[in-house]
Amino acid sequence: MTTTLQTPHATDHLDVLESHALFILREVVAECERPVLLFSGGKDSAVLLHLAAKAFAPQQLPFPVLHIDTGQNFDEVLDFRDRAVEVAGARLIVAKVQDTIDQGKVADPGLLGSRNRLQTVTLLDAINDNKFDAAFGGARRDEDKARAKERILSFRDAFGQWDPRQQRPELWQLYQGKVNPGEHVRAFPLSDWTELDVWQYIGREKMDLPSIYFAHERDVISRDGMWLAVGAFVEPNPDEEVVRKMVRFRTVGDANCTGAVISNANTLDAIIEEVAIANVSERGATRGDDKFSETAMEDRKREGYF
Amino acid sequence: MELATKDLLRLATIGSVDDGKSTLIGRLLVDTRQLFDDQLDAVAAASEKRGIGDLDLSFVTDGLRAEREQGITIDVAYRYATTPTRKFIIADCPGHVTYTRNMATGASTADLALVVLDVASGLKEQTRRHLCIAALLGVRSVIVAVNKMDAVDWSELAFERVVDQIATVSRELGFSSSLTIPVSALLGDNVVEASLNTPWYEGPTVLEALEASEAGSWETAQGARLPVQWVLRQNGGGRTYAGMVSGEAFHVGDAVTLLPAGVQTTIRAINFGGVPRPEATVGLAADLDLADETDAGRGDLIATAPLPTVTKEFEATICWFGEQPFSVGGQRLRLKHTTKSTPVRVQAIKGLIDIESLKVVDATSFTTNQIGLATLVTADALVVDDYREDRVTGSFVLIDEVTNATVAAGMVGHATFL
Ligand SMILES: Nc1nc2c(ncn2[C@@H]2O[C@H](COP(=O)(O)OP(=O)(O)OP(=O)(O)O)[C@@H](O)[C@H]2O)c(=O)[nH]1
Ligand SMILES: [Mg+2]
Repeated sequence: MTTTLQTPHATDHLDVLESHALFILREVVAECERPVLLFSGGKDSAVLLHLAAKAFAPQQLPFPVLHIDTGQNFDEVLDFRDRAVEVAGARLIVAKVQDTIDQGKVADPGLLGSRNRLQTVTLLDAINDNKFDAAFGGARRDEDKARAKERILSFRDAFGQWDPRQQRPELWQLYQGKVNPGEHVRAFPLSDWTELDVWQYIGREKMDLPSIYFAHERDVISRDGMWLAVGAFVEPNPDEEVVRKMVRFRTVGDANCTGAVISNANTLDAIIEEVAIANVSERGATRGDDKFSETAMEDRKREGYF
Repeated sequence: MELATKDLLRLATIGSVDDGKSTLIGRLLVDTRQLFDDQLDAVAAASEKRGIGDLDLSFVTDGLRAEREQGITIDVAYRYATTPTRKFIIADCPGHVTYTRNMATGASTADLALVVLDVASGLKEQTRRHLCIAALLGVRSVIVAVNKMDAVDWSELAFERVVDQIATVSRELGFSSSLTIPVSALLGDNVVEASLNTPWYEGPTVLEALEASEAGSWETAQGARLPVQWVLRQNGGGRTYAGMVSGEAFHVGDAVTLLPAGVQTTIRAINFGGVPRPEATVGLAADLDLADETDAGRGDLIATAPLPTVTKEFEATICWFGEQPFSVGGQRLRLKHTTKSTPVRVQAIKGLIDIESLKVVDATSFTTNQIGLATLVTADALVVDDYREDRVTGSFVLIDEVTNATVAAGMVGHATFL
């Protein structure tokens, strides 16, 4: 560094990100008729729920929380979901991918097959059925190159689609969420947060999280370059060796496509230290769903994915 | 591990298509090791797949399928970088004139513009347009990367010619500082590492210049402002008014005026996330408890002296992105200013900015991507400051009543260079 800097508003970058997120949450609630918060039980949606509680304190949350349940969750994440929703005093709506399968709207991938992509149909149905016109998500622009392109308020047409070539201009902090019936916006208050910002904030606020984010011993197998937890949704093939390792999860997705990382980090401080020096991205390390093609995320987003 | 707290600098790349903005950001991120191994591998694989050599650095930010196929940036990519004391939010903007709305999106929140131009072609009309928009948006300092020095054999003469062009236009537009650096984004010279090919250049690299630049707001603030977003009911019956502070800080005990009503009162308490604080600094999403009962709601503004103006008619600078022309009697429009929306109509077109001369010329309408001055009349009274005094209370957008599309960026008043 060549100069000493005066922080302009006597705040650090986490304060700036936090206030910005609170501002977005309030704007969308004020401008849209029926907002909802998408909650996966992962760290980003945990931060989002925490911020929402702050934005409207001491009032109750002025919107419900929606969980798209693939039926392939980690138990620890479902436990956390119920705990977090109760602490926030929020109303929980659960939309099940199994119901979408039972209605014959998507093909059944079988017990062990990936339900990741099917979630989009369940999500769009839930948005339609409940007439939601705004959905808060915990997506961050540092996660993926398609997300890096997305507006904070991202317009979705009547089919739930994102058109990256026709995004609305988004000037200053004048977030504009007006839509016609059937259309909706996705709102991403954590857009400018990085993985490290999220962990530093969780540390600063001493937040509760699902236990699988912290290092623990687990039976795992190595598949497609990832460590997968052996359990109800991952059965070892005959040629796969089950080993017991100290692991933790960097992201939380479906049990059958979210890889664990080898780690001894079992405190927030240790995790922050680990994330600060990581040389593989969060998705690269742990998400099988993005590995198949160059534009996997863009393609899913176009269809209406989170 | 103790991680130092950081300040935040928002920067946007601007300049004409193909001059090397995305390549420069790619180079900056790669050479400062801000990219993860798997991201770098993915860029290399995508480059190879398209037969563009080992590593097309523009693919670091050009992440959409169409962008990679066409070799052009379509929409802003946001990337993040950190140094020990600073977090950078980088908006890599598109250069093509068709996507001027996206460039304005990226530049509207920037503290600093990183201007990229090709040394061989120098200052093009599109570079001037971007510089003009950046100046109107209030970006006060620019760092100019004179790129592709490798293609002119590191000629000091070629560099100096562009420096002169930049100096002239920077002066006209009133940028407070404009540092000019000879670089090769492709090879990395003077981006992170000082170049051995430019012994005649003694200034900083792009990274050094970014680290040394000032973060934060540039407005000549006139009083504290809080546009009310939401009314919070407190336990026990009271109300507080939530919003983000702009201009200057509020303190408990400050005399404030609720506008447009004009009711005077004082601040009894300030909260953030339900916790009391003695002051609300600029940028804080606070809520204010006022000493007297008021009927304030969303769209009202709490301010300290000197007070903003309450008006239904004002002159503004308009960057027009709509497909139909902007004119008196044109499409039905709504205006969003702070937390308030109101129907609006165009009273008069005052003129158009000629990008070549940077002067206002006579006109009766603006077409897509043109910028000009107009008088607007709103149905409801607005509480405004001049944009140069407060970026929040001085800015607005125009919205098409039928499609809900955002069709213009507007600024109250006009820049001094006009
Ligand atoms: N010789 C040379 N070529 C360069 C340099 N920097 C960029 N280029 C080439 O210039 C072309 C355009 O680069 P981009 O980085 O995509 O340009 P851009 O300014 O981002 O373009 P838009 O975003 O579409 O406006 C590519 O073919 C680059 O390889 C440089 O320093 N030297
Ligand atoms: Mg580009």
